[in-house]
Amino acid sequence: MTGLNPTNEQRSSGTAASALAIELVGINKHFGPVHANRDIHLAVRRGTVHGIVGENGAGKSTLMSILYGFYTADSGEIRVNGVPQKITDSRHALALGIGMVHQHFMLVDNFTVLENVVLGAEDSALLRPTLNRARDHLKQLARDYGLEVDPDAIIENLSVGQQQRVEILKALYRGAETLILDEPTGVLTPAEADHLFRILGKLREEGKTIILITHKLREIMAITDEVSVMRQGAMVKTLQTKDTSPGELAELMVGRRVLLRVEKGPANPGKVLLDVKNLIVTDDFKVPRVKNISFQVRAGEIVGIAGVAGNGQSELLESIAGMRDQLGGTISVNDKVLSLEGDDGAARARAAGLAHVPEDRLRMGLVTNFMAWENAILGYQGSYGEGLGLDIGKARSTAEDYLKKFDVRPANLDLKSSNFSGGNQQKIVLAREMERDPDVLIVGQPTRGVDIGAIEFIHNQIIKMRDAGKAILLVSVELDEIRSLSDRILVLFDGHLVGEADPATADETELGLLMTGSHSDQVITEPGTLPAHETPMQQTLVEMSPKDNSGRDTN
Amino acid sequence: MESYLVDITLILDSTVRLAVPLILACMAGLYSERAGIVDIGLEGKLLAGAFAAAAMSAVTGSAWLGLLAGIAAAMMFSGIHGLASITLKGNQTISGVALNFLAAGLTTFLGQSWFKRGGYTPQLSGDQRFNPITLPFANELREVPILGQIYYELISGHNIITYFAFIVVPVTAWVLFRTRFGLRLRAVGENPKAIDTAGISVTRLRFQALVITAVLVGIGGAYLSIAQSAGFNNNMSAGRGYIALAALIFAKWRPGPALLVCLMFGFLDAVQFRIQGQSFPIIGEVPVQAIQALPYVLTVILLAGFIGRAVAPKAAGIPYTKER
Amino acid sequence: MTPLPRWADVVLLPLLNVVLAFLVGGLIVLAVGQNPLQAVGIMLYGAFGYGSGFGYTLYYTTDFIFAGLAVSLAYHAGLFNIGPEGQAYVAGLGVILIGLALNGMHWALVFPLMIVAGALFGGAWAFVPGYLQAKRGSHIVITTILFNFIATAMMGFLISRVLKPEGVNSDESAPLEAITRVPQLRTFIELFKNSPVNLTFFLAIAALFFVYWLIWRTKFGYAVRALGHNPVAANYAGISNQKLIMIVMAMSGMLAAMVAVNNVGGVQGRLILNFVNGAGFVGIAVAFMGKGHPVGVGLSALLFGILYQGGQELAFQMPGITREMIVTIQALVILFTGAMGDMLRAPLSRLLTRPDATTGAK
Repeated sequence: MTGLNPTNEQRSSGTAASALAIELVGINKHFGPVHANRDIHLAVRRGTVHGIVGENGAGKSTLMSILYGFYTADSGEIRVNGVPQKITDSRHALALGIGMVHQHFMLVDNFTVLENVVLGAEDSALLRPTLNRARDHLKQLARDYGLEVDPDAIIENLSVGQQQRVEILKALYRGAETLILDEPTGVLTPAEADHLFRILGKLREEGKTIILITHKLREIMAITDEVSVMRQGAMVKTLQTKDTSPGELAELMVGRRVLLRVEKGPANPGKVLLDVKNLIVTDDFKVPRVKNISFQVRAGEIVGIAGVAGNGQSELLESIAGMRDQLGGTISVNDKVLSLEGDDGAARARAAGLAHVPEDRLRMGLVTNFMAWENAILGYQGSYGEGLGLDIGKARSTAEDYLKKFDVRPANLDLKSSNFSGGNQQKIVLAREMERDPDVLIVGQPTRGVDIGAIEFIHNQIIKMRDAGKAILLVSVELDEIRSLSDRILVLFDGHLVGEADPATADETELGLLMTGSHSDQVITEPGTLPAHETPMQQTLVEMSPKDNSGRDTN
Repeated sequence: MESYLVDITLILDSTVRLAVPLILACMAGLYSERAGIVDIGLEGKLLAGAFAAAAMSAVTGSAWLGLLAGIAAAMMFSGIHGLASITLKGNQTISGVALNFLAAGLTTFLGQSWFKRGGYTPQLSGDQRFNPITLPFANELREVPILGQIYYELISGHNIITYFAFIVVPVTAWVLFRTRFGLRLRAVGENPKAIDTAGISVTRLRFQALVITAVLVGIGGAYLSIAQSAGFNNNMSAGRGYIALAALIFAKWRPGPALLVCLMFGFLDAVQFRIQGQSFPIIGEVPVQAIQALPYVLTVILLAGFIGRAVAPKAAGIPYTKER
Repeated sequence: MTPLPRWADVVLLPLLNVVLAFLVGGLIVLAVGQNPLQAVGIMLYGAFGYGSGFGYTLYYTTDFIFAGLAVSLAYHAGLFNIGPEGQAYVAGLGVILIGLALNGMHWALVFPLMIVAGALFGGAWAFVPGYLQAKRGSHIVITTILFNFIATAMMGFLISRVLKPEGVNSDESAPLEAITRVPQLRTFIELFKNSPVNLTFFLAIAALFFVYWLIWRTKFGYAVRALGHNPVAANYAGISNQKLIMIVMAMSGMLAAMVAVNNVGGVQGRLILNFVNGAGFVGIAVAFMGKGHPVGVGLSALLFGILYQGGQELAFQMPGITREMIVTIQALVILFTGAMGDMLRAPLSRLLTRPDATTGAK
């Protein structure tokens, strides 16, 4: 398959058209009742890095999936190099020189790099000639763009950063002239992200066009030439990056002045309610993710854990909540050490006075097939009714109370939970976990995929809990959220706590550096937590991991 | 010594005969499961193939037309399987179970309606069956000790489907690991999204796999009724589809090991007739049922992870839907 | 696509699927040159037309209720138990052992003990796949299939080599005395003369109510449903998934075991080879057709009872049709209500929401 090289392609009209690699005109897309893209216009100039920013659910990924042929638009026109095209499927998009690097990699884990690269772009019915040619081609791409990956490595043995490089190679191998990257840095370590940006820079130098989807304004400012802002399915504005500022972009994204600080009084910390000591936790593949962490949360304070996604936050939360076995260390709630026996630790954690708003409500926090009232007692089902029986009347009246207090719409007890919007689902979870009067509340990504109106409500509820003397542990990848809610910030990087900061005085750059591990050695931190990666524990961890995960356990 | 050799050769010979339907069904299942479709329905497809082959052969007098009918019947069953589990994204296991009952019910019902022999098809003979082929020089070499005997008894004297089955295995390995189709097949069973985003139709690829499955298992069914036996009888697959599935799991979805496991299961089948009523030193008499249960017990032990781990293709059992 | 109204989802759609299955079955009968309507008539007569026929219908229904509930209960926990056939078979061993041990005693004493012994054996036979699923990650579908075959071999050996008394030719255990057997209803009700329906039938009805209560009215049932819909959420809710999987499988096996009480304790009075005779597999069709709800299971079990008994009659009256047609219907029911159950959802949704659009959505 040959990519369409714009230099040797016949183009219809003048220079204005030829300067544009991609043009989207009046794109509309519905998913059932959801209008995911409304009348989108977008022009991307050749040889530039074009950023697309917007909140979660703004329609960025949908738009790019349409351009890539993964979805078909309900209406509108796509012009590639000035020529209108009906892109019917991904293969067609690839043939037009459009490649995409998805947020979740589209790789076959037990294939080699080489096999993944040629998959779907084989030259002939037999593999060998294709593989040989691809091997040479990869060498050349590695030279040209700094995309070194061992072609014979198995994907599941590669680090996330390397896997992403394979995705880029896949696109380039297919002759992509325009490369779409969907939230590429979400799972990368800072070093990997830097490497990625260097690669993108090289690609731009070589005349490739890059569309970068992200919600991180820092990245937009750093690498893009132009930036388009999307909000609620619509395209708000396209700007020259050099003429704009993060503040302006944030305002355009949200549609009003962003409330950067939540109204809250000073914290009034009391006794220690959550005490985590020397915690070590592994993920499902027995790879250590939390590496000897100790911290405490006191009554009446919110402790925020800041960090780039994938640095051990999920495992930390799940372990404290009793859902995940730990390899070492103790967790005490209310001076009571939680036992680790069996796979029903979550019940014991709740009994000890801990409530848990999980990171991913659909996967964990709700049974989407259950009706609202059934989900309103999830985790507390044991306390509804005597003996074996379930007291449905009591459950329903409790649920009714929750829905009213948290203004869940529609307030219909018998509606299946999957039929509520994201914000309302989250409110059901929050109501359930907050209204039981727990001593300790752990909250993961409280506002992920939640509309703006609900965010403010949720933040205020969390503050209220704090003022009522609860110990709150907040984990979020949104630094703004951490900074505006927390009374203390702990920074998690690579499974270690690498620093503590006071949100009132913390410098954003400094925090960013901590989160990305770039500074860890110079920073003064809580005694005993650093330098953790130099303790003997680190040695053990490396020996314990089942195979060489040197790349993996650092992301 | 001589008689032991003859004994062993005879047991190995029947091992081969008994292993053939397992090999074909196992390879059939391999294509389907590697493409991400769990095929509990192998048993039903095998049975349907056996019935259709015998019925067609009885009516037309041609074994070859019988073979085609066997394939066609398996194809129809695969079509239903695909419709339910690929097109309609239904549960692959449930549709497989349904196919097994469908075959059990339909073959007996149609057999009785058409032939009125209590579900049996008429006895087949001559060209209505696939008969043993004597390989060149087999008769001449028969008297040569050991090698000649092995050639005559073990290698020569099988029907054409038997030879076909032994060719299918290396061909499958080659297709799977050396061709574009094989690469895509393995990919769609591991991560269909990778296939979809590469611009290849997951639906088409999975249907292609099901077609190959149908061809192989249909031939396997035909072997049962018009090569190994001389006609169809009720439930003549007798769990071989399930054994093939067990063999596939045992072989961890790889063609070469699958052949060995099928031969091993065929061997167990072959010896159970020989050891009936015989007493062995130390262990005494081994009940036939113990040998019959052995393949299943071994597979359970394997599945329990006590001897290695059987990891199925990652996407097996999950209908593919584009998600938002 | 707009979701279906609740009544359509719960009643109309399953009903349409069943109708579709029977329509296709009718077409197959038509294709071999027989009259499907005449066949239905004969079947209904065979099932209800006379006392012993009705008795047989209820006897089959008893088996199918237990097997259907066994599959349903496991399915609520997200487990597809294909093994009730083997579980019932092994349970037969427990039933006959207690029966023979207490042979000659009054049934009022032995019947409850048969239930307990059968449940122990059947439950244990299902517990092992449950254990392997929970602790070792072996897929329940495959292991329960394998356990069916292992049960066949094991029971075949035990019956023909261990339980068979000296001087008996056929492969079967010694018989229970009449007073020890579960009494058949014909001893109380004249209508059921010559039919095997026995007291176990009422046990089946009780089991329907019990399973309903268990699934929808207890904390245990809540946990089972949570596990079935979303195992991660169940773990989050402090439910021990492993424990629950093992308990549910054991209970599923216990329900299947009651098929043995019906047949070994009530009908045969002895342990014979392959006495389950496919009832366990019919349970799969019954469970899917009944959508796992005891009301649905009861009705589908009755329908299959009618089919099995009516099919017997059919085989007499219309030689062109064998009883295996029922197995075909069973397959079509599993196919249309289980595997392709959502086929009609989209068209039905369009059909039902169109008038809504004009009258205003509710």
